[in-house]
Amino acid sequence: MTSHTQFGLANPFDTPERKAFRETIQNFVATEIRPYAHEWDEAGQVPWELHEKLGALGVFGFGIDEKYGGLGFEDPFMRSDYAVTMAMCGAGGVAAALGARSISTDPIQKLASEDIKLRVLPEILSGRKGGSLGITEPGGGSDVAALTTTARQEGEEWVLNGSKTFITGGMESDYFVIAARTGGPGLTGISLFFVEADAPGFTRTPLAKKMGWWASNQATLYFDECRVPAGNLMGQKDYGFLQIVNNFNYERLGLVGCALGMMKVCLEDSIEWAQERHTFGKPLIKHQVIRHKIADMSAKIDAVQSNLWIMCAQIDAGNMPVAEICKAKFAATKALEFCASEAMQILGGAGYLRGNRIENVYREVKVIAIGGGSEEIMKDLAMRQMGL
Amino acid sequence: MKVLVPVKRVLDYNVKARVKPDQSGVDLSNVKMSMNPFDEIAVEEAVRLQEAGTATETIVVSIGPAKAQETIRTGLAMGMDRGVHVQTDEDLEPLAIAKILKAVAEAEGADLIVMGKQAIDNDYGATGGMLAALLGWPIGSAANSIALDGGALSVVKEVDGGLQTVKLQMPALVTADLRLNEPRYASLPNIMKAKRKPIDAKTPADFGVDTTPRLKTLKVTEPAAREAGIKVEDAAALVDKLKNEAGVI
Repeated sequence: MTSHTQFGLANPFDTPERKAFRETIQNFVATEIRPYAHEWDEAGQVPWELHEKLGALGVFGFGIDEKYGGLGFEDPFMRSDYAVTMAMCGAGGVAAALGARSISTDPIQKLASEDIKLRVLPEILSGRKGGSLGITEPGGGSDVAALTTTARQEGEEWVLNGSKTFITGGMESDYFVIAARTGGPGLTGISLFFVEADAPGFTRTPLAKKMGWWASNQATLYFDECRVPAGNLMGQKDYGFLQIVNNFNYERLGLVGCALGMMKVCLEDSIEWAQERHTFGKPLIKHQVIRHKIADMSAKIDAVQSNLWIMCAQIDAGNMPVAEICKAKFAATKALEFCASEAMQILGGAGYLRGNRIENVYREVKVIAIGGGSEEIMKDLAMRQMGL
Repeated sequence: MKVLVPVKRVLDYNVKARVKPDQSGVDLSNVKMSMNPFDEIAVEEAVRLQEAGTATETIVVSIGPAKAQETIRTGLAMGMDRGVHVQTDEDLEPLAIAKILKAVAEAEGADLIVMGKQAIDNDYGATGGMLAALLGWPIGSAANSIALDGGALSVVKEVDGGLQTVKLQMPALVTADLRLNEPRYASLPNIMKAKRKPIDAKTPADFGVDTTPRLKTLKVTEPAAREAGIKVEDAAALVDKLKNEAGVI
C-alpha cells in the first residue's frame, strides 16, 4: 500500500503514453516481480518465463526497427522509467538478468549482417533468447584499448582466442557480441564478432559468489580456436569497437535510472519505517536527526531526477549529452551511496536483515558505481569530453 | 456482436484512501487514479471475445471528468477498438450513470455489455443491475465464466456457497467478478497504437439524461482504528477468553 500523498517533482516532458507505460511497468513489477524478487535473488536465478513476459510488453525493443521485432522508435524517458521502476523491485540482480541483452541488441542492429539481424533480434527482444556483450577481459576492464583477445581470418572463418569476464547474462545467453583484436594496438584494431554459444571452441564458467546481483549470472567466456563464419564479423574490420562507443551512452543513462530507483527505495522504505517505529516516546520520523536524513535523501533524489529528465529531453531532441551522462552517472552513484548508508542507519537492525530492500540496495551500490564505467573512468571521460 | 464495456476511473487500489478534513468525501487531490479493477476484468473479457472472433467490435465507455480519457486509453491499449467519453465534472449517482449507459448502448447498437460488478470507490454495486433493468435485458451478475451457446449466453455466477449457471437470451449484460479472468498488461506497441484510436466526445446532455442527484452524503469517516491484540499464555487461556470475553464459543 502506497502512502496517500504523492510528493516529488512532476516530469515537465511527460506524455499520456509515457505515463501509461510507466504505470504498466509499475503494476507489472508490483505484481509479477516484487513478491518473488528476494526468493529469486537467493536462488540465484529468475525464471526464464519472466524474460518472455517482459519481452511481450516491448521493453527490450527501444531503438530497434519493427522488422527485427523492435518498437520502431526511441524514447529515453520510457527507457529511464523502466530502469527506475525495475531498480525498485527488491533485487537489482533481477533487473540485471533481464536487461543484460540490451547492450548487445544495439550493436547487432547497427553492425551485424541482415541475415543475423532477422534471425536473432526477434528472439532476443521477445525474451525467448538472451544476448550479451563481451568486452571486459580478465587482464583488464576499463582499459579497452589494451584488450588481448585476438581474431585471425582463415579462409571463410574467423578464429578467436582469448577470454572475457564479468559478462552479465553470459551463462544463459545464446548470442554474444565479442570484441577481439584484428589489427595493431589501441582502440583502432579492435573488431566485433557475433558468436553463438554452440560455436566450436567456445566455453564458459560462472563467476564465483558475488556481493550482490545474485539473481543474475556473470560469466567468464573462453575462446580456444573458436571458429565463426566470415559473415560474423560485425561492421568494419579494426573499427568495430569505435563504431559502438556511442551505444554506451544508453547503458550509462540506464544506470543513472537504476541508481535513482535504488535511491527512491531508500527514501520510501525509510519513511515507512520511520513512521511506524517508535523510540523515546514518539515515532522515529518526529526525531530531528531522522527528519534531516530523510530531507537530505529526498533533495538528492530531486537533483538526480531533474538531471535525468533534462538529459532525456536533450537526447529526445537529437543531441546526446555525452559528458553530462558521464557526470550524471558518478553523481548519481555518489548520491546513491549516501542514501543507502542513511537508509540503513534509519532502519537500524531491521535494515541489516536479509530479505528487505535496504539491505539489498546497500550491497548493490558498488556494482552500479563500478559497472558500465566506473566513477573514476566516468570522471576522466567527462573531462576529455569537455575538451580538458 | 458488438460489445460495450463501461469503465470507471477510481482511486488506485494500492493507494490508502484518506478522508477530507471536512468529512465530505475522500480526498482525491494529487493521488494516483486508475481503472476500477473489476472493469479491467470486463475489458479483458471483451478483448478475448474479439480475439476469439466472437465480438466484431469492442467499445469502451467512461463517464467522468476530462481525465477519464486516460482510463479509456487504458482500455484501448488493452485491445478495445474505440472509446466513448461522456464528459462531466459532476459526481454522478448509479441511476444517472445507468441512464446514460442505456442511451450509449442503444446508440451503439450493443449486443452485450460487460462491466465490473462494482467500483472499488463507493462499492454501490448498483449500476449493472439498474442498467439491465432499464434496458430490459437479462443480467448475469458476478460472472466467474461466460460462454456463447448458440444465440444464448451461458454465465457461471459466483453465489454464496458455490457456483450457479444461468442461460441468458441476447442481448444481455454481464457483471464481472474477480475470477472471470486475469487482465493482461498493455504492451508498449499497443499503448502507442491506442493513441490513434478514436474516442467520441459526448456530454450527459447529448443523451437528454437528468443527472440531478437523489442522494445526499451526510458524512464520510475513517474506519475505526484497530486496537492492538494481546498474547495469551497457553491454549487454556485462549479458550477461556474466547468463551467468556469474546463469547464466540
